[in-house]
Amino acid sequence: MAFQMILNFVLAFVWMFLSSNYTATGFIIGFIMGILLLILMRRFFKSRLYVYRLWALLNLTLLFFKELILANVQVLKVVLKPKLDMQPAFFAYPTVLTQDWEITLLSSLITLTPGTVVVHVSDDAKTLYVHAIDINDVDEAIASIRDSFEKAILEVSRS
Amino acid sequence: MNVNQMIEWAAVILILIGSIVSVISAFGMIRLPDVYTRSHAATKSSTLSVLTCLLGAFIYFWVHDGFVSVRLILGILFVFVTAPVAGHLICRAAYRSRVPLAKGSGEDELKSKLFPEEHTVK
Repeated sequence: MAFQMILNFVLAFVWMFLSSNYTATGFIIGFIMGILLLILMRRFFKSRLYVYRLWALLNLTLLFFKELILANVQVLKVVLKPKLDMQPAFFAYPTVLTQDWEITLLSSLITLTPGTVVVHVSDDAKTLYVHAIDINDVDEAIASIRDSFEKAILEVSRS
Repeated sequence: MNVNQMIEWAAVILILIGSIVSVISAFGMIRLPDVYTRSHAATKSSTLSVLTCLLGAFIYFWVHDGFVSVRLILGILFVFVTAPVAGHLICRAAYRSRVPLAKGSGEDELKSKLFPEEHTVK
């Protein structure tokens, strides 16, 4: 991915030198033409086109903001309820992610989403121990939410 | 009312939402029973309130003074990176120094993992 981005920047600069147009507009035109060239030459790269990965990253960001707002609505409901009748609990969540940055990203996302805070990552980094604020109905819902997060992270990191 | 004023009102409403969420977060810190549930209120609500307040300030200075403050955007970014890690570390330190859970908590899968000797005694 980094190689493709650098290649695209170099192509944009080459375009600027060729047209001797050293402005932001010239750079953007060169960048777009570089993307077209990369799409034409995609079968020579080992990994995916980096455009897809940027798109996946954008999707992950949007999903994250949606979940953050939902999490706050849920905390608001729990805090302002006249009777505190939630049932907190710890549960284990087995993850399929392997690299360290993926696990860090997943735990940050879980911490900022509805009703869950990551408390412990097991030593072999295969299980996350999560504290849930209300265990009754949330367990399945949380599983689906985190499956969507895990899937989105896998989509970003897939080569 | 022209467009600039409407955008300024949007900034005002963002800052208002941020303050309300932050007040609710403070209520949560008082009302919730133990460290772990309090960390829910602290991490999520304070992150969102800081986000909306900084965003409101950013929009206000942009529209009113024509000044794009990159520092506010960087502030939002840093809060997003650090707040969940801080919440995680506080919870983890609390669990390792055996702070008890609130009454009426469900099962505790972590206990047998972290403190196996106590689990076998009970």
